Amino acid sequence: MKHFRINVHIIPRKGLLDPQGKAVADALHTLGFDAVRDVHVGRYLVIETAAADVAAAEAAVREMCARLLANPVTEDFEIAGVVTA
Amino acid sequence: MKFGIVSFPGSNCDDDAVFAATETLGEPAVKLWHKDHDLQGSDVIILPGGFAYGDYLRAGAIARFSPIMHEVSAHASRGGPVIGICNGFQIACEAGLLPGALMRNAGLQFLSMPVTIRVENTGTRWTSLCEVGQRLTMPIAHGEGRYTVDAATLERVEGEGLVVFRYVDASGEATDAANVNGSLDNIAGVRNFAGNVVGLMPHPERALDAQLGSTDGRVLFESVLAAVHA
Repeated sequence: MKHFRINVHIIPRKGLLDPQGKAVADALHTLGFDAVRDVHVGRYLVIETAAADVAAAEAAVREMCARLLANPVTEDFEIAGVVTA
Repeated sequence: MKFGIVSFPGSNCDDDAVFAATETLGEPAVKLWHKDHDLQGSDVIILPGGFAYGDYLRAGAIARFSPIMHEVSAHASRGGPVIGICNGFQIACEAGLLPGALMRNAGLQFLSMPVTIRVENTGTRWTSLCEVGQRLTMPIAHGEGRYTVDAATLERVEGEGLVVFRYVDASGEATDAANVNGSLDNIAGVRNFAGNVVGLMPHPERALDAQLGSTDGRVLFESVLAAVHA
């Protein structure tokens, strides 16, 4: 078994009202960042786990996301990177 | 009839629910610690409000894996009455006992105020003594109460009459202004298909005594009393 650090992004599902992201976008506009079109506020998780290889580590994290880390009704997830710890 | 009120770490309305059952309704009640595996003979389960597990990750996300939830789900699948109030509604949705999810209020603010809700469905253990269209005033106190569900499920929820309560104005209209947290279709509460599980964001257990401003929550508890004694 090797040790991995897996970075996961949990983001609000596209199309759903994201008032927090909108509030941040409005604040950026107030600061003069007029080019900002949209902001989405999600969560960033770093999972440290043992696994046989990268594929197994990714598969395990996908299952973790499906069962706990992301709400299947309102959120999507993406694995942003897997590094050997 | 025995009420079982689940206490999660961070629940803060469990004592209100016990008070509602014992002092207001005169029925026995027992607090069920979330790590237990025993409903102690409870006929009715209340998932109370609060901030179970500090709302870590998402409201209700971790509480649904508490050991007692296994027994609560089994009780629900046997047809036993369950109500999820506020955080308890969030937990019931996360646990898959009810359809949908509760997201951050559209206005981003924590809302603590009385609201008016309209009874949409009386085919539940918790609303059998209500009338369709009846208006009830109860307090809300939540930051994440915006009911959300995907389009296909919404069609089913609306089509099968699973909406139990909607936020309405004083004249009973489900207006945008009355939709305090931005819920889809003004939805304040839903039921499961069998009608034994109901979840809602408003607090009926805080609306049982005239001294607290409203007794409109009483009819939910009287309904479940009638259902269990029937």
